[in-house]
Amino acid sequence: MQNAAPKTLGPLSRREARFAWTLLLPTILSVALVIVLPLMAIFWISFKPIALEDLRPASALVREQLRGKPKQSGDAAIIRYKIRNSSQKDPIFGVTLADEIPSSLEVITVDKRCSLKGKNLNCSLGAFEGGQRETLEIRVIAKQDYFGNNLKITDSIAKVTGRGENILTNFNFTLKNFVHVFDSAEFWTVIYATLFYTVFGTIGAIVVGLFTALLLNIDFRGKGLIRGLYLFPYVAPVIAVAFAWVILFDPFSGSINALLVQMGIVDTPINFFGQKPYALIMVTVFEIWRYFPLSFLFILARMQAIDVEMYEAADMDGASPFQIFWYLSLPTLMGILSILFLLRFIWTFNKFDDIFLLTGGSADTRTLTVNVYEQAFAVSNIGAGAAVAVVIFIFLLFFSIFFFRFFNREEGL
Amino acid sequence: MSRNSYVLTLCLGGMWSIVISVLVSVAMSFLTGIAFKPNLTNSAALGAIAGLLFLHFKSKSIIILFTIFACFLLEFPDKEIIWISEDATRLQKILTYTIYSMVLVLPLATMLKSLEPGKVDRFDFETSIIRFLIGVGFIIFTVAVFIPFYVMVMTSLKSQQELLLNPLNFGIDFSKGLGLFRSYYELFTDFNFGDYLWTSLLVSVLTVIITLAFAIPGAYAVARLKFKGRSVFSQTILLIYMVPMIVLALPIYIGFSMAGLRNTLIGIVLIYPVTTIPVALYMLQGYFRGLPAEIEEAGLMDGLSRFSVIRRITLPLALPALASVSLYVFMIAWNEFLLALMLLDDPAIFTLTRGVASLDSSEVPRQHLMAGAVISTLPILILFLALERFMTKGLAVGGVKG
Repeated sequence: MQNAAPKTLGPLSRREARFAWTLLLPTILSVALVIVLPLMAIFWISFKPIALEDLRPASALVREQLRGKPKQSGDAAIIRYKIRNSSQKDPIFGVTLADEIPSSLEVITVDKRCSLKGKNLNCSLGAFEGGQRETLEIRVIAKQDYFGNNLKITDSIAKVTGRGENILTNFNFTLKNFVHVFDSAEFWTVIYATLFYTVFGTIGAIVVGLFTALLLNIDFRGKGLIRGLYLFPYVAPVIAVAFAWVILFDPFSGSINALLVQMGIVDTPINFFGQKPYALIMVTVFEIWRYFPLSFLFILARMQAIDVEMYEAADMDGASPFQIFWYLSLPTLMGILSILFLLRFIWTFNKFDDIFLLTGGSADTRTLTVNVYEQAFAVSNIGAGAAVAVVIFIFLLFFSIFFFRFFNREEGL
Repeated sequence: MSRNSYVLTLCLGGMWSIVISVLVSVAMSFLTGIAFKPNLTNSAALGAIAGLLFLHFKSKSIIILFTIFACFLLEFPDKEIIWISEDATRLQKILTYTIYSMVLVLPLATMLKSLEPGKVDRFDFETSIIRFLIGVGFIIFTVAVFIPFYVMVMTSLKSQQELLLNPLNFGIDFSKGLGLFRSYYELFTDFNFGDYLWTSLLVSVLTVIITLAFAIPGAYAVARLKFKGRSVFSQTILLIYMVPMIVLALPIYIGFSMAGLRNTLIGIVLIYPVTTIPVALYMLQGYFRGLPAEIEEAGLMDGLSRFSVIRRITLPLALPALASVSLYVFMIAWNEFLLALMLLDDPAIFTLTRGVASLDSSEVPRQHLMAGAVISTLPILILFLALERFMTKGLAVGGVKG
């Protein structure tokens, strides 16, 4: 399209390439940081025995107290440091404590693990086992100016340091997460829900999108308004429309149930989002409702690009409307329909928010993506959540290989 | 296969009548809160009769005849088209039947207008069916799209007792005057929704600015400059959206927890643009490619640097595309919910969607939840309606991102 490129790289084109990479660098860096790095992290974590609470590594905690309540100058007192390991099971290494002793207290004896230089107290306490506690005592005598200026011993904060082993960065690996995911009773339910939701959600959205595109391809007054209205489901925040659906279909105060009961179609209200066969169907219907606008936009754009002359010729030849649709429109739309199918299939497979908001994954609607959240945050087993994420990847890889082959043959893409 | 207009008219008339009687029943139930129940067999029969009458007389004036007949049927139990509860007034009943007759006959007349009694050719036959499908399609889709939004608004304007009293009543009690907006008032005074609104606006605008700052140079490079890997880059940038967000959210949550970015707006503003940069870059490079390169080359010849060419020539020419991309990115940031839910715990810095999510508890009445939903939907819908041209273009190109 642009001017033909020279075959060898001259200094000018080298400079141009360098400039191009400079312009792209911020994007590449940010994408690498937020997408590639987390992806690698997911694979790493999936082999780790890690729960939500392990995210905070073991550390040393200290509490400082002045015991003995000195009443007047010359009274003896004890500064007591209580140090403990925050974790009950993981050790910490190289624990040290540093504090400043107020000059109004005269130090008598120092614990043998500590040294005092001027006002500065430094102690080195070595390793702590999980749950280990230690007490340090410093004997002091209160001087006269201790009482004058309302001094508290905790005014100078004692600092403790120590290296806890971070479970994320050590080299303990396990296959437990995968065993947990594949062994669980609901694994096949999850797979079934995912495939049902993905296949029917995708096909439904495309069929409805095709139908609405056909409707909106006709010229009539108020067409812009209707087209705008039909885009609402996609434009509105998912959280708003999902809650509107939940309230609309509520078994106790939902309008739809009231209507069904009143018309005598059902005897008792149906818990649409909480009962087994319905919930999965309803989340799929919601998916179709929310994403058909995208399909119809794509299809409509393609339709309006179709040559009118072709239709006129067909009309002249006496083709009937269904024949025109079947033999003319549909074949020309096949390309966009298959691309839409491919894209929507993968994105429906990846969808999380909708089901999470509608059912939270109850009543057999837990898809793989919802399962990631469920395992990682509801059950607090981050490792298992990551393992589910890896399963998602395997699926995606499989899909892309399949689609790639299919498209190579069909479309020559 | 012989095509008979009588058979077709019977079928279309019957089915159309069923659709209309259900539609009118549902609409009247929602409007009045009283029970309306369509009798499908009767309405199918009456619709078929209406079709035949029209086919024969070719006159819309059969409506009058038809309305009288339908109302007459009201007097016979089990013969009525729409069963109406005794609570309804006589006027409501007659009104229902008049509406039913009008909506039945007028469109039916359009559907059947090209048919002659007896045999018809394939073109007229199929045209009638298509007109029928168009009518049914518009009714079903419009109702299906409209009802959830209407329920959202209607519920937010009601009180708890009204909601439980009759869930069917979709009417809005205008006699309450400003009292209608009590839920909204309470959300802004007791639930900090004013702050959430500002936070969401701030986050979305910052996301748009940062996204453009990254995507414009990148898109320009991909569209105009020659370098190795250019075509691979422009084709694979969207592969990023093959990765489910929830999968990324997990390590981001861990990373942010460790870096102390969780529960901060800075963290949110850092992460939102990254989710939108690739699609913005993809959209912009497509547009940049369409701009004539000659103008830019002329600029280069006149001694402008690349940066000034981008700033003074490319960007002004690309303003419509920038508007589309900005609106699209704004919409994504405004509607974003998953990351906000995972990364924000502090009610002081909630975004609007996170704020609405926090209303979803048994302690908060549902009219508040729906008022929150309306508050979060309204700005984006107004923006959409005001700038529909740009927005639609953005959706059509950017829709490749789920």
